[in-house]
Amino acid sequence: MLNLDFAFFTPAVVSGYVLKGFVFSLQLTAIAMLGGIALGTVLALMRLSSKPWLTLPAAGYVNTMRSVPLVMVILWFFLLIPLVIGRPLGAEMSAIITFTLFEAAYYSEIMRAGIQSVARGQVAAGYALGMSYGQTMRLVVLPQAFRNMLPVLLTQTIILFQDTSLVYAIGAYDLLKGFEVAGKNFNRPVETYLVAAVLYFIISFSLSMLVRKLQQRIAIIR
Amino acid sequence: MNWDWQVFCKDTIDGNMVPRCFGGAGDITYLDWLLSAWGWTISVSLLALLVALVLGSIMGILRTAPHRGLVLLGNAWTELFRNIPLLVQIFLWYHVVPALIPPLRGVPSFLLVVLGLGLFTSARISEQVRAGIQSLTGGQRMAGLAMGFTLPQTYRYVLLPMAFRIVIPPLTSESMNIVKNSAVAFAVSISELTLFALQAQEETSRGIEIYLAVTGLYFITAFAINRVLHFVEQRVRVPGMIGGGG
Repeated sequence: MLNLDFAFFTPAVVSGYVLKGFVFSLQLTAIAMLGGIALGTVLALMRLSSKPWLTLPAAGYVNTMRSVPLVMVILWFFLLIPLVIGRPLGAEMSAIITFTLFEAAYYSEIMRAGIQSVARGQVAAGYALGMSYGQTMRLVVLPQAFRNMLPVLLTQTIILFQDTSLVYAIGAYDLLKGFEVAGKNFNRPVETYLVAAVLYFIISFSLSMLVRKLQQRIAIIR
Repeated sequence: MNWDWQVFCKDTIDGNMVPRCFGGAGDITYLDWLLSAWGWTISVSLLALLVALVLGSIMGILRTAPHRGLVLLGNAWTELFRNIPLLVQIFLWYHVVPALIPPLRGVPSFLLVVLGLGLFTSARISEQVRAGIQSLTGGQRMAGLAMGFTLPQTYRYVLLPMAFRIVIPPLTSESMNIVKNSAVAFAVSISELTLFALQAQEETSRGIEIYLAVTGLYFITAFAINRVLHFVEQRVRVPGMIGGGG
């Protein structure tokens, strides 16, 4: 019954089908992480401000993104971006924009918790030294918030890496797609899905082990 | 931009308007299809939630047991189902498991998706249940054992009643996640909301109306689950505890 045959998985097949998708998955993860954290920090600062015209749009954006399934968000953007810019955009580019904007909502919740974890006296101390709001945030609060939240931000990035497989919905060529195409061409879908699962597992598991190590090392003793 | 909500009253085969929007006698309108897709989303979500709650609780409890083998089993379970993307797990259940285990070949894909989504979520629930049990002071367990309870009795009468109350808020958000995650079932042709969105959008070219309706139904479903669990949380709270009534 067990008719598994992995012999077709030659280096040529890996570089021909899988590598291209792998590179895209990594690119997508990296861009969405950096863009998402940057945008998420801005959203978090907006939500924590005392001005309703900043708080409300930020809260609305974050809550909307967080209550829609990611697959639907991917489909929405794939439908709407061409309407907005007036010309079709490739699935890959659309995925990059979608994930950056989507992940910003999740990163912003993490950053908000991080900023709130910094003692109030730190802000007062910044102002007392004559710093402006921007300087206090940039030089005093955000560095501590990042440090406190680094493990959580990285954990979210591992989830982001796993979620990139959902670009399947719009047919972008990512890691999973690479395996799928190889499986179809060699008529070995069972083997390719297995290898894909093992690869995703190894990457995510080893990264989460690293995050755990990091968590122990950077914990601030209070 | 001009709306065309009439699209939901169209027949799915010939595209003609059906009066009063609900097809009858073999005709199916997009509204009929949308509602049946909503039904599939709800069925997948609720059944998967059941699987996830049962298995997640068991694994979470095992991870706090004073026995290394059981802890190891619980940990391995959690890491396995947490570190493979949900979509890949669904493909494993759909393409790989029936190929490797022949008796499973006749199982409908609906059940395979329920299992896939349920096991994926059970890993997250086991993490929350474990954290809930470990958040209780160690004295509770010792007190139970000192009273002459066996270990299972200590869990049943001392630890779990408090631990489950503590984990209701994270379980609530996980239950809402399950509704959102059920969207991946489209990939194995379960006729749920996301597959409806994809296909109806293609057939009618009224993507925005279709997507708005689908997104709205996801919203409503997740919100309903939120309210139900909030009600449960209110009903079972223990007076005198933080978050409990007076």
